[in-house]
Amino acid sequence: MPVKIVIDPLTRLEGHLGIEVEVDDHKVISARCKGNMFRGFEFILKGRAPQDALHITQRICGVCSASHGCASVMCLESAFGIVPPDNAKIIRNLILGADCLQSHIFHFYHLAILDYVLGPDIPPFLPRYKGDYRLSKSMNRTFMEHYLEAFKILAIAHEMRAIWGGKSPHHVTVVIGGVTEKPTVDKITAYVWRLRQIREFIDSVYLPDVMTIAKIYEDYRSIGRGYGNFLAYGMENIVGDSKKTMFRSGVYIKGEYKSLDFSRIREEVTSSWYREKRDDLKSGEFQPDVEKEGAYTWIKAPRYEGEALETGPLARMWINGDYSQGISVIDRHLARAMETKKIVDSLEEQIKSIKIGGPVYKKFEIPSFGWGAGFLEAPRGALGHWIRVRDSKITHYEVISPSTWNLSPQDSKGRLGPVEKALIGTPVVDIDNPIEVARVVRSFDPCLSCAVHLIKPNGELKKFRIV
Amino acid sequence: MKFTRREFLKLCGSTLVGAGISRVYLPEIASALESVAYGHPSVIWLQGASDGGCSLSLLNTAHPKISELLFKIISLRYHPTLSTAQGNIFNLILEKVKEDSIDKYILVVEGSIQTAYGGRCCILGEKDNKSFTLIDVLGDLAYKSNVILAVGSCSAFGGIPKGEPNPTGAMGVKEFLEELGIEKTVINIPGCPAHPDWIIGTLIHILFYGLPELDFLHRPKLFFDKTIHENCSRYYYFSERRFASSLGEEGCLINLGCKGPYTRADCSLRRWNKGVNWCVESGGMCIGCCSPNFPDGLSPIYSALPQDFFLSQERV
Repeated sequence: MPVKIVIDPLTRLEGHLGIEVEVDDHKVISARCKGNMFRGFEFILKGRAPQDALHITQRICGVCSASHGCASVMCLESAFGIVPPDNAKIIRNLILGADCLQSHIFHFYHLAILDYVLGPDIPPFLPRYKGDYRLSKSMNRTFMEHYLEAFKILAIAHEMRAIWGGKSPHHVTVVIGGVTEKPTVDKITAYVWRLRQIREFIDSVYLPDVMTIAKIYEDYRSIGRGYGNFLAYGMENIVGDSKKTMFRSGVYIKGEYKSLDFSRIREEVTSSWYREKRDDLKSGEFQPDVEKEGAYTWIKAPRYEGEALETGPLARMWINGDYSQGISVIDRHLARAMETKKIVDSLEEQIKSIKIGGPVYKKFEIPSFGWGAGFLEAPRGALGHWIRVRDSKITHYEVISPSTWNLSPQDSKGRLGPVEKALIGTPVVDIDNPIEVARVVRSFDPCLSCAVHLIKPNGELKKFRIV
Repeated sequence: MKFTRREFLKLCGSTLVGAGISRVYLPEIASALESVAYGHPSVIWLQGASDGGCSLSLLNTAHPKISELLFKIISLRYHPTLSTAQGNIFNLILEKVKEDSIDKYILVVEGSIQTAYGGRCCILGEKDNKSFTLIDVLGDLAYKSNVILAVGSCSAFGGIPKGEPNPTGAMGVKEFLEELGIEKTVINIPGCPAHPDWIIGTLIHILFYGLPELDFLHRPKLFFDKTIHENCSRYYYFSERRFASSLGEEGCLINLGCKGPYTRADCSLRRWNKGVNWCVESGGMCIGCCSPNFPDGLSPIYSALPQDFFLSQERV
């Protein structure tokens, strides 16, 4: 007899998520991801001055606000045909890189690790699921010391972002046409010195710790595979006077690599709390409908050629050829950790290309009309922003964030979302303490504040000009 | 609600959960921070319509370190981003808190309160096959709390979720509780996000020195008494009438839309992220994220507000 298990809320992530699975003979046979919060950013952005989006979209997510801020500026610059100076692009990458390091280390030590490591017997480490915590007493203590040490690293990464961004979370310097913070030797020094501290932490603490978990929980190399289909929008760095690909864009479906074609992206709301009335299709807006039959989430379902794609560090490392060990819970943690090395290297390389005294900002006139899009790789994967501007006002703004892909619900063809699919087959030893389910979901680093967005109905995405 | 510091600590000290914590009351307020460990006042941290930015900001605290906060100052019994508990056992914490008698924990709310669609825009969890929302539990938890900290502009004043057309009926905690008729002290700590010093400073103030002095919008005067403009590092330019005409230029940024004159907070003196920078110094200007008018009353962000607004907003 199948038994229903509910983990609602699944804590230790950004936002409000519930997980519902059915377990038969100690294996998960069905799964649902429930996005539990809706704010309606696209409604709030409508009618505002286009530049306001630079700040408002950052507030979509406190963990990856740098990515939203930068995707938004790329989106606006593409709409208005503005190209910022190289210095500005480098400084934006320094902001993005620092934020990504913060996010990855935060995810491993403060969000994910407590499913594997026993914390001290006081809140917030109590109460907790009973489970197979396999580390020895002394190893648990070491990991908790690293848990505390990692807080310092998070703060350092945020300082790095603030050096160029003004403050963190939520920067203020990234504007249409460039950035407002000028490169000086003291800022570069302050940044690089901190970066090296983080590099040392990654080499001597983070990577060895991930390896330890990978070894002790080796069975999780065959748990949580999912579809094994990936999506990456790619990322370019500025090195010297030229661009250098840091992450290739592309899709990987059923074992085959393909180049990315944005027009193949569709979204639907079969299982989401939005109405699908004809009027809504015309106006391009779905209205919330909490009474909708069969719906169970605020998250919509983006699909690429009908496929539910996983996005994130494993996806982009895979598509870029940097990682090919496997697809599982452990592989997601490993790929994320290995990526931090790649990011640190790239930041050191890029900061050398900054031209002190060179321009960071180009003055421009904002046209009253335009449409465009901005894409980048956020900590959790492929992030896209789309905008339309008329009479100097936003008439349409939409966001498809990485967690929208990963946590998407069932679509009209009954295809599960990537996390839902990854849960199928997961062994559950004790139905009162389904810690295995939590481990699978957290390996994706879910971000619910990002995930929930109201966007245009099917087929509209291709009408936007792509940068 | 009035209480002496001694009473407060005594009350907080009697709500210990979990093993390994001594039930010793604080002998003297003047004791070192460590001794508060025995008192461990309980903190319940709820998230509504938020982006988690204030929690992330809190983690950047320098003095005390976050580890000292967690192990030596407070007992963080419920926090959606940090608690090990999840699912049913997480929800049980709230059940237990509600059973506890009145005045024994500090309630922190991050994010605004969404009242549209029966509160279903913010589902906190599921219990007995039925989901419950933030507005289902907030009134009860607030009523039984000792004091409420509304952390961040969303929680204090509604913030971005309340922005026109306010699609989810979002409002600040104080406004929500007033509608319910619950009279409790709400301390507003605005900011998007709130500075870690503001959050911890207010907490420590409550624990050691009682309620901080609040202004007419229930903000601690300690942090929100003066406008950004008054202590701005670019104030000299303003007094010399040197105004920047484009971003990235030297000069006062007011003509480009800087909201420093309409925003009360001490960013200009306190600075951000261990003092490495702050908004106006970085040239990005103050966007008014601590203002009760953020975002609607201060938009467009990159447009100067009319002069009469400056005068009429003197007290905001």
